[in-house]
Amino acid sequence: MTEKTDITLTVNGRDFAVTVEPRRTLADTIRDDCGQTGTHIGCEHGVCGACTVLLDGEPVRSCLMFAVQAEGREIRTVEGLAADGALSPLQQAFIDNHALQCGFCTPGFLMLATGVLERDPDIGEDELREVLSSNLCRCTGYQNIVKAVKSAAATMKAGR
Amino acid sequence: MKPAPFQYHAPKTVADAVALLAAHAGDDGRILAGGQSLVPTMAFRLARPAHLIDINNVEGLDCIAEAGGRLCIGATVRHAAFHKPVTAGPLGALLSAVVRHIAHYPIRQRGTFCGSLAHADPASEWCCVAAALDAELVARSARGERVIQAAAFFDGAMTTTLAEDELLAEARLPLLPEGTKFGFQEFSRRAGDFAIAMALVAFRVEGGRIADARIGIGGAEPAARRIAKAEAALDGAAPGKDAFAAAADAAAAAMDPMEDVNTSAGYRRDLVRTLVRRALEDAAAA
Amino acid sequence: MGASFFGARVVRLEDAALLTGRGRFTDDIRIPGTLHAAFVRSPFAHARIGGIDAAAARAMPGVIGVWTLADLPEELRGKSLLLLLPNPAISQPLMPTVLAGDEARYVGEAVAVVVAETRPLAEDAAAAVIVDWDPLPAASDARDALKPGAPVAHSGTENNIAARFVNAYGDIDAAFVRAAHVVREDILHHRGGGHAMEGRAVLAHHDAEESRTMVWSATQAPHQVKRNLIGLLGWDENEIDVIAPDVGGGFGPKAMFYIEEAIIPLLARTLRRPVKWTEDRREHFLCASQERDQYWNVEAAFDAEGRLLGVRGTMIHDNGAYIPWGIVSPLISSTTVPGPYVLPAYRLETTVALTNKVQVTPVRGAGRPQAVFAMERLMDAGARALGLDAAEIRRRNLIPADLMPYDVGLIFRDGKPVTYDSGDYPRCQAEAEALAGYAGFEARREAARAEGRVIGIGIANYVEGTGLGPFEGATVRIGPSGKIMVASGAAPQGQGHRTTMAQLCAEKFGVGVADIEVVLADTTAIAHGVGTFASRIACNAMPSVHLASIDVRDKAVRVAAHMLEAAEEDIELEGGKAFVRGVPEMALTLGQIAHAVAGTPGYALPPGLDPGLESTHYFSPAAAAYCNGTHIAEVEVDVETGHVTILRYVTGHDAGRLINPLIVDGQVQGGVAHGVGNALFEALHFDAEANPLTTTFADYIIPGACDVPWAETVHIESPSPLNPLGVKGAGEGGTIPAAAAIVSAIEDALKEYGARFPYVPVTPSDIVGAIAAAEA
Repeated sequence: MTEKTDITLTVNGRDFAVTVEPRRTLADTIRDDCGQTGTHIGCEHGVCGACTVLLDGEPVRSCLMFAVQAEGREIRTVEGLAADGALSPLQQAFIDNHALQCGFCTPGFLMLATGVLERDPDIGEDELREVLSSNLCRCTGYQNIVKAVKSAAATMKAGR
Repeated sequence: MKPAPFQYHAPKTVADAVALLAAHAGDDGRILAGGQSLVPTMAFRLARPAHLIDINNVEGLDCIAEAGGRLCIGATVRHAAFHKPVTAGPLGALLSAVVRHIAHYPIRQRGTFCGSLAHADPASEWCCVAAALDAELVARSARGERVIQAAAFFDGAMTTTLAEDELLAEARLPLLPEGTKFGFQEFSRRAGDFAIAMALVAFRVEGGRIADARIGIGGAEPAARRIAKAEAALDGAAPGKDAFAAAADAAAAAMDPMEDVNTSAGYRRDLVRTLVRRALEDAAAA
Repeated sequence: MGASFFGARVVRLEDAALLTGRGRFTDDIRIPGTLHAAFVRSPFAHARIGGIDAAAARAMPGVIGVWTLADLPEELRGKSLLLLLPNPAISQPLMPTVLAGDEARYVGEAVAVVVAETRPLAEDAAAAVIVDWDPLPAASDARDALKPGAPVAHSGTENNIAARFVNAYGDIDAAFVRAAHVVREDILHHRGGGHAMEGRAVLAHHDAEESRTMVWSATQAPHQVKRNLIGLLGWDENEIDVIAPDVGGGFGPKAMFYIEEAIIPLLARTLRRPVKWTEDRREHFLCASQERDQYWNVEAAFDAEGRLLGVRGTMIHDNGAYIPWGIVSPLISSTTVPGPYVLPAYRLETTVALTNKVQVTPVRGAGRPQAVFAMERLMDAGARALGLDAAEIRRRNLIPADLMPYDVGLIFRDGKPVTYDSGDYPRCQAEAEALAGYAGFEARREAARAEGRVIGIGIANYVEGTGLGPFEGATVRIGPSGKIMVASGAAPQGQGHRTTMAQLCAEKFGVGVADIEVVLADTTAIAHGVGTFASRIACNAMPSVHLASIDVRDKAVRVAAHMLEAAEEDIELEGGKAFVRGVPEMALTLGQIAHAVAGTPGYALPPGLDPGLESTHYFSPAAAAYCNGTHIAEVEVDVETGHVTILRYVTGHDAGRLINPLIVDGQVQGGVAHGVGNALFEALHFDAEANPLTTTFADYIIPGACDVPWAETVHIESPSPLNPLGVKGAGEGGTIPAAAAIVSAIEDALKEYGARFPYVPVTPSDIVGAIAAAEA
């Protein structure tokens, strides 16, 4: 149907009842219909990664999925990273290592790295770099992002 | 860049999926699997399918199974499924080695093996694998089922011999015999980018001689294919520098490479030579 | 007195919001009832518009309206956008109307705008607008465009020359007559674009009750947007407020005033509903400013010892269809060539060409990377001709520190002489060489060779005029709440101005950095502003913050002394309070002091004081402050695939005194990343009909995490005498010499093949081709 359909999206543990056209991407829906504007849209063709969210724990490009495909799945966005106002180790590491400048790509990097570190906190530097090459940043030159993710991985391991 | 409107269908069974495809194929109905190639083209409105038949909820398409000496990969099996070997033999290791070259980690969480084959991008790693290993491709339609050999499946850039009402339901790869050595090399300008060229090689060594050589080249020509002349340069030869160089030269000579603004045909040909040789060296060293 | 924050690696105030999804970029702002715009854009580089039929589009669901130029208010139809920086050298000051009228002059030029209830519906309708296109011959390659009989980019003009100018000093002919060695380079420098991760975006909301239009734009220069709106739309200045909220990177292109920034506010006022337009990535590739191509034919004369005698040549600059920033980029290129070297004579003739491509305005580096590339190629060529080491020939030509300030003999873009204010160029190169282990490179080369690896080293120097005036102001104000507020026309896109301004202010009041509230990029917060571009904020806005903070502090002390009946010299400020030294119970909060001077009927102000705890400074530097640096790249080249790995990257960097080295290091690192892109990846391709071929991030490659090396940096801090802080700009130095250093290293790695790359980007295909050509 091109008509709008009613779906329920679960974002950061909260249910959002939304009415969307099938063509509406998950990225647009998260931003416009769920009002979670921390997820950014940088290219809408799956290259830049600014729109990366976690779908059932795995990082995906939310611009390359339709919202109707995400019903019943657990979606996590940057708004869900800090628990009770306390920044996650990764968020804190981004501050400490100056891993962001304009901050536009940052939510995508945070979700990418969160998904990967949750799965494999022992990830090696080369593999980590390769994973981080999934997303584009025009400001930082990446070095401080890599440093921040490594530092967060160490913190997360120490806290286990 | 928002996609044009379309009607969305989410069948639960293969029968429903192919029935929907039969009903809408003539009206630009398309299968939506991982969507990692289709959705960007829709965002640019280069593709404007009137109907999308989403197969992600179709039962049974997400399975990987071994049967009859083959690994059967369902239509919704994602690239990420191959990050760890899916089978204990050489094929599992080969697929794991190849998969990390496919785009980027988040893309691999959604994109599918069969979707890659049906999309038939010249730079697709899975197309190269399918061609090199002589995959059998199972097409399902309301009319029935047929099995297409990889060599007869790829029909130029972004083109296959699937009929418009056919769903690529499964790909079957041979479980390579124990002792099969393989090597995969690709070159792209930046990690995760579309490959300029790639080479997948596999062979066994019997009594000091190469047997069952396979050399598949992707990215350089409009469609991936096995290069018989290069394989012939290996079969029966002693593994080593001379045989590898001869095979690499033969592969390069067999190319009719594509050209683009950044990449000359001559460069692609040179690259094929280098990548075949390096892949063979990797295989021998493994 | 509290902590000094100047020079400290203070973590940023900006970060927490951006890390938790509470950033507020233009597209994040939600106003109920907002309509969405999409533009109908030319698919042809050059075409006459026979007519536009929008009837079908207007009838589509959700469509509010479609506007062509003919549908816009009459007073706007004949008006061109303002040429921001006029210059007498400009012979054809060609600027667009807000929508193309008779003809479109680049692919992507807007001819109509659709407003609908949602963006997808607006895009649907835009696709249904029927334009009667009559394609015309297009000017594509700038060199061809200047040839007699070439198609003109603008119908009805005689030729494609936008401007022609000569920069020269010294006796150039005599220099070449005297030369022991002359080297020549024919260079194509492609600069690519800015490609911030956030595209442009404009949201406008007209408040009919207040008769004010609020405009949010992802711009580097909100005050300039406001001035343009007043000029174009004829609105009263009290009717427009422009805010740049969080802006997702700028890199130059967002310093332009764009037609969308005029149309969206106009439609919001016309329709009495908020209207938003968010540029998509394809539009960014088609319509946002780029820097693109320069063609240099230059030669250098050296004496027998390798000392420069003169540089001369010609340069062609592709400016696209319009010249909104005048000839700024090519003019900067032309005045950057001498760089850090003693160059006795110089002559460059520059021609600015019009082509049927999107306009060129500055991109990070603004014409300097091209000039540095040209000069450094000449230095490398000179080294080869004389059999000298690349670092040695540079060393022999660097301006000695005792010649500072150094008058080059040229006039900069601000009309003032190019006078280097401070710096120690020989020391900078020496420290960079030491950090890079330059002297030990040949041993590393041999060791690599033994392993079958091919490595090379490259070096490049630059001098960069930063801190362009005329001013950037700051207001420091303390209200009755006691909160210290800084307002400035600076409009950051990631540079951390909030943090650095808070550093400068907080230390004056003995409070923490987080206690300062910084309001930026808002035309209601400060009357005048220029914007954040041209590495200008450190030299302009920061001294204003510094001076205004001192004023307010002094005033607070005076008032406190008066209220506490103590001597001014006995008053201390700490933790938001003023107290009598040694008598901490005799204290007033800043809020109490502010309240006392805020004006209470019947109470007199302390004698001789103006009301309010507030001061505004518009610091105006006397001239540009010149940064300098040396970049050294060590690379490995895979001679079979042409792949280049940057093994090590070192920068010697002198941007004067550093307010926050954490932020400056980040700017250098990010700048180097952009330079890596220019050296190896980024190319905007056009075909012979000027159709853009690179319109996605799949075709146009910007460097990723695996491609950018760590930029190891040694800072030399030569204070600028031109401002009270001794600072210089730091936003572009990372980019400027990077392509020159990297290409130099690639050539060095391949020196046995004699491979030359007088262009960027250098692709793997180019490298393999050059090796093959050498072996043939």
